[in-house]
Amino acid sequence: MTKQQANWSPYDNNGGSCVAIAGADYCVIAADTRMSTGYNILTRDYSKICKLADKCVMASSGFQADVRALQKQLAARHLIYQHQHNKQMSCPAMAQLLSNTLYYKRFFPYYSFNVLGGLDNEGKGCVFTYDAVGSYEKVGYSSQGSGSTLIMPFLDNQLKSPSPLLLPAQDAVTPLVEAEAIDLVKTVFASASERDIYTVRRQTRTCYHKCSWYPPGIHGT
Amino acid sequence: MFRNQYDTDVTTWSPAGRLFQVEYAMEAVKQGSAAIGLRSKTHVVLGCVNKANSELSSHQKKIFKVDDHIGVAIAGLTADGRVLSRYMRNECINYSFTYESPLPVGRLVVQLADKAQVCTQRSWKRPYGVGLLVAGLDESGAHLYYNCPSGNYFEYQAFAIGSRSQAAKTYLERRFENFTDSSRDDLVKDAITAIRETLQGEALKSSICTIAVVGVGEPFHVLDQGTVQQIIDTFEIAAEQEDPATEPDAATGQEAATEQGTAADQGGSTDEGAAPMDI
Repeated sequence: MTKQQANWSPYDNNGGSCVAIAGADYCVIAADTRMSTGYNILTRDYSKICKLADKCVMASSGFQADVRALQKQLAARHLIYQHQHNKQMSCPAMAQLLSNTLYYKRFFPYYSFNVLGGLDNEGKGCVFTYDAVGSYEKVGYSSQGSGSTLIMPFLDNQLKSPSPLLLPAQDAVTPLVEAEAIDLVKTVFASASERDIYTVRRQTRTCYHKCSWYPPGIHGT
Repeated sequence: MFRNQYDTDVTTWSPAGRLFQVEYAMEAVKQGSAAIGLRSKTHVVLGCVNKANSELSSHQKKIFKVDDHIGVAIAGLTADGRVLSRYMRNECINYSFTYESPLPVGRLVVQLADKAQVCTQRSWKRPYGVGLLVAGLDESGAHLYYNCPSGNYFEYQAFAIGSRSQAAKTYLERRFENFTDSSRDDLVKDAITAIRETLQGEALKSSICTIAVVGVGEPFHVLDQGTVQQIIDTFEIAAEQEDPATEPDAATGQEAATEQGTAADQGGSTDEGAAPMDI
């Protein structure tokens, strides 16, 4: 008597890739714009990036319905925070909140692979990378999603972060300037889209800079 | 004033059909420092008198942002007001989450009223000792409501609650017919003037009053002290051009030329560090 298996799954994978790179005074976050199911395309024009706070943006790939629910949860919690503290949440604070929110659903997870990017309280770029249940780490760069297996090794080669286990603690942010980092992101999506069917070249990209910041825009190649 | 026999319990009627505990709660509202509200077709302005316990302490916060489109000014037990504001904020957040649109003011006000009513019909509870002036904007326009501890609520063009509010009410009664078509800045000026009425002789300074505005294209926010002081100064300038000790509303009527207030009170600071929710 074999165990009965479910004939319906609550999850689906809508594919796509996300990338974020942190610099000394900037942060670039990007995600491609294709939303798929199986071998089909649902839309060519979907933004996987969500602004959670003034200086904090989240890019998520995976099951977009769960991603949307997660974004709404975080937005509501952010409102409560603002009422209580009279200010916006910082990026590191939002990072912790996201981790807790994901782990809250440890036994029916959000099928969402997230990358959080923004500026910390000192104006330095920061990137946090997550798994589906909230395990997270502050890093200098990261990618998640269907193309991450193709993207991550390339970023490792170009940006290699020092290990967080090293003592004394070393700066995780890349020495590249913002323009170079943006160029790198464009290259990364150009390459990933060559071999990953779920990732396309076209991305939405947000760049945070200490002095000014650009709202998310749909940028082509 | 002392109706001792039937006033111990909120669930005890008097022979005359009154609930004295509820009326005592409304008395608490009258003892609080003044709060006023007025609205036009497109904007609602709330104002309150800042009362501090002593010279050493800061003043109590009486105006709360509930959502981008709703704010509330309270008079009475501030602690009760804080708790109710938290409830209102929660309701707005939950409604936004479910319906992805802002909670209509009329609905919020009914929920608040029902919540207050519950406390008038439970022997183990007491009525909330706070009156709320709820200012909000929704699809049906600008609204100003007054919520009572009794669980009643009323919509107003302009209203004042708290101590010495009668003076403000008299002023507002004289002018309310003009409010519907008032500009935003005139509305703010009227609000400050109404507050001045309640001060009855005390000097009008920006430290003594708090003004908040919500309107079409303008999320609810409290005006910063500098802006308010500028508007107060324009009163003083106009008043100097007339006899001193004339009625205040004659002075405000002369302000056709003094529009410097306009550019300055664009509301909400644009400083990098200041949060939009900064109240």
